[in-house]
Amino acid sequence: MSTPLSGPGSAQQAPGRGPVRTGSPRTSRTARNHAPITVAGLAAKVILLGLVAGIAIWAAFPLVEAEMWVWLAVLVLTTAALFYLYLGRRHIPAKYLVPGTLFLIAFQVVPVLYTASTAFTNFGDGHRGSKDDAIVAIQSSSVKQVPGSAQYPMSVATKGDPATGALVFLITDPQTNTVSVGDARGLRPLDPGAATVAPGGKVTAADGYTVLNVGQASARSKDITDLVVPTAGGALRSSGLSRVYEGKAVRAYDAGCDCVKDSDSGRTWTADGEVGAFVATDGERLAQGWKVNVGLSNFTRVLTDERISGPFLGTLIWNFAFAIGSTGGTFILGMLIALALHSPRMRGTNLYRMLLILPYAMPSFAMLLVWRDMFNTDFGLINNLFGLSVDWFGQDWSARAAVILVQLWLGYPYMFLVATGALQAIPRELTEATSVDGASPWQSFKAVTLPLLLVALSPLLISSFAFNFNNFNAIYLTTEGAPFPADNPSNGATDLLITYTYRLAFGGQAAQFGFAAAISLFIFAIVAVVSAVSFRRTRQQEDVYA
Amino acid sequence: MRIRTAGVVALFALALAASGCGDSDEPAAKESPKAAGGKLVIWADDKRTAALKPFAEKFGQENGVTVEVQAVPNEDLQNNFVTVSSQGGGPDVVIGAHDWIGNLVQNGAIDPVQLPDEQKAAFNETAIKAVTFNGQLYGVPYAQENLALIRNTELAPEAPKTIEDLVATGKQLKAQKKVTETLCLQVGQKGDAYHIYPLYSSAGGYLFGTTANGDYDPKDLGVGKPESIAAFKKIAALGEKGEGVLKRSIADTNSTATFTGKKCAFLVSGPWATADVKKAGIKYDVSAVPGFAGGKAAAPFVGVQSFYVAAKGKNKALAQEFVVNYVAKPELAVALYQADPRPPALTAALDQVKGSDPDLAKFIEAGKNGQVLPAIPAMAAIWDPFGKAEAAVIGGADPTSTVTAAGKTIAGSIK
Repeated sequence: MSTPLSGPGSAQQAPGRGPVRTGSPRTSRTARNHAPITVAGLAAKVILLGLVAGIAIWAAFPLVEAEMWVWLAVLVLTTAALFYLYLGRRHIPAKYLVPGTLFLIAFQVVPVLYTASTAFTNFGDGHRGSKDDAIVAIQSSSVKQVPGSAQYPMSVATKGDPATGALVFLITDPQTNTVSVGDARGLRPLDPGAATVAPGGKVTAADGYTVLNVGQASARSKDITDLVVPTAGGALRSSGLSRVYEGKAVRAYDAGCDCVKDSDSGRTWTADGEVGAFVATDGERLAQGWKVNVGLSNFTRVLTDERISGPFLGTLIWNFAFAIGSTGGTFILGMLIALALHSPRMRGTNLYRMLLILPYAMPSFAMLLVWRDMFNTDFGLINNLFGLSVDWFGQDWSARAAVILVQLWLGYPYMFLVATGALQAIPRELTEATSVDGASPWQSFKAVTLPLLLVALSPLLISSFAFNFNNFNAIYLTTEGAPFPADNPSNGATDLLITYTYRLAFGGQAAQFGFAAAISLFIFAIVAVVSAVSFRRTRQQEDVYA
Repeated sequence: MRIRTAGVVALFALALAASGCGDSDEPAAKESPKAAGGKLVIWADDKRTAALKPFAEKFGQENGVTVEVQAVPNEDLQNNFVTVSSQGGGPDVVIGAHDWIGNLVQNGAIDPVQLPDEQKAAFNETAIKAVTFNGQLYGVPYAQENLALIRNTELAPEAPKTIEDLVATGKQLKAQKKVTETLCLQVGQKGDAYHIYPLYSSAGGYLFGTTANGDYDPKDLGVGKPESIAAFKKIAALGEKGEGVLKRSIADTNSTATFTGKKCAFLVSGPWATADVKKAGIKYDVSAVPGFAGGKAAAPFVGVQSFYVAAKGKNKALAQEFVVNYVAKPELAVALYQADPRPPALTAALDQVKGSDPDLAKFIEAGKNGQVLPAIPAMAAIWDPFGKAEAAVIGGADPTSTVTAAGKTIAGSIK
């Protein structure tokens, strides 16, 4: 912000239609083909390339571990290519293009592809992991304490080294104070007197065994959880490091029938690869499912489900109205103020500019919440100030007007800033020439200033449109989509497509990432088409005015 | 040179990004087992982290293990936990509300815990019931909470027996210009199922029926049934087009503030509100949320805060040891109470703090008729549609069509 926004000198700025944002000169000073090699530059290069190598090596180990050879090859090739490129003196254009391209791939293309691939799955709560994960979860959550059985004090011990030796449980029967040794083969009694039993029943020492302390035992956590001592009624398993209980896995997976059987109730749930869940004959599903490919079903659901496709068109129209209203409103207001302050007759412009930028400088999150409270029917500032009792967020049109008003307040400083910049780039000779020719200020604005402004600002308007089209916070932090029609709680009058889909995907039973991804692809398509058309038109306009 | 340097910087960042993409399968921590025993990672929200830290450190020192308590904002905790758990990582112990259990179980994120009977008996019965899911105990509870009626005793010395009493008192105060609102019960534009539930249940409505073994049954949905419509008619009578007692302009953001600003004499809220009320210097008392005259007793939801053992934790045995044998100690429960004043679930701990904080017993008393907040995953489908139906009805919409539509929406999103 070191460059003054305006001022007497700025009118002399060279005409240009480049980026109008102030403060960042876009050209650099010297040609670089034969730039001298400076110490600092060389050092930076060595350090950064060294870091690249270091990170590549660091990243390689997990890849080797996971046997992801394809990714390893990608990593090696990328790193090698980068070294080749930046160590040589040739391929100057590539040196500029490659980082941007790689960033584009990493942060734009990959996420889009990932979203697209997710859209064809049922990824979401209850379907996050693999089938094996689901089976493990089903079995381990079905381990129940055998009814009527007791829990016994236990110590973890080994005959060998505490860090590596085979583990046993030293289990005390609190009634008789006899100690038994339990391992995977079963339970056998320990000679009376061979073990020292502390009050409470825990064995503290035993002949021939090293009793592990908590620290040692916790380092063997997995071995302890995996150690199951078979008994007549089930099996003794550890519950923590100082007790065992007699438990039984009620549900078990049978690979033969690809199903889960419940030994208590005798029920069977068969794996259904279409939905990624174990399903019983009566349609009951086990909660723990897995991620499967569901083809186009997420997309067909958007199109065929009444509750989703019914309000879709209305929401889409309002979404356009909101985006156009927010962008257009802020642009017109911002431009008018910029024009007013651009007038050479205006005094105190810097003070005005400072004040006008204030809304832009405040965090929009906080401002949205403040505005929401100001629109409160009974306690809000707006109703109290004007003596109204408007139920702002309770009626369709007042709620819509309110959110656009909030957007206007939040957004016009930005438009004012960019319009100021663009205005200063329009040479005054042009408008002076029109006035010499006898044009009125309005004619000169319409014929010269506005078209030139639009040429410069169109890309910003398009991006502002795309941003507002998906302006989740503007709705979610104010009305949250309200008011809702009494008969349809899933779609409100101020809902944008993005808030609507958020509710559909995450407001129901659980997070449905696959479904959400499918809808975001729809939104992506809409925004992409609108942007493409707009850019095309801008280009035509540029051809006329350039 | 500058741009070339920038290119190298970019490269460096890119390599970082690339490595970030690649290492999703980070190898399990492979410290030498001899080094300082195991490590226990606990996730809790900010407030509880502070209270838990001294105890966790003590546990670590006593047992020669490293205990790390990591603060995760409450609103992200469940989701972050489920996400990292599905990647095979994450903490060993998690602290959170009991109504997460359904979702955590369906994502295979937590394991059951085995408490011996004598230890179970040390807890409040409701608390144990709350953390029991599908017949299994999934967490060790430490605190419980429920809504109650907090009233300004200077304005309303008597606890109202029924909603009608409350409305009469409130209206009288309003006529005398002592208050501007009859009742502070948060509704908001989206409604608030949790806060309206006592009235809904008193008027005869229910959310889920129960199966033979006492679990909530997602197949028996009460919303949209005649009882729920009748209940919403009673709520509508208190709404903006009726008595004007329930209002959408009173929301989570201003409900307590309106009460502490002495603009209403009655506030429906939980133990978390008492800190603000005390700070405002208001003389208050706590009693049960009253029901409708001639209706059922108003049943607030009882929620329980609990410790869970992560299924994908690196150190499950130690996590179980911590949760089963250490968490159930009264000292820890008392410390957690001091960090966040919710009634402890451990009877011994409650007895300890009851003397210094008379509100606790009153909140527990107010929750006597309460119902355990359903933990089944289907409950997630209730909140939003139910709340919106409530807001619409309070705003004057027709209860029959509104509640029927809400019931359909909910049924549609329950698998």
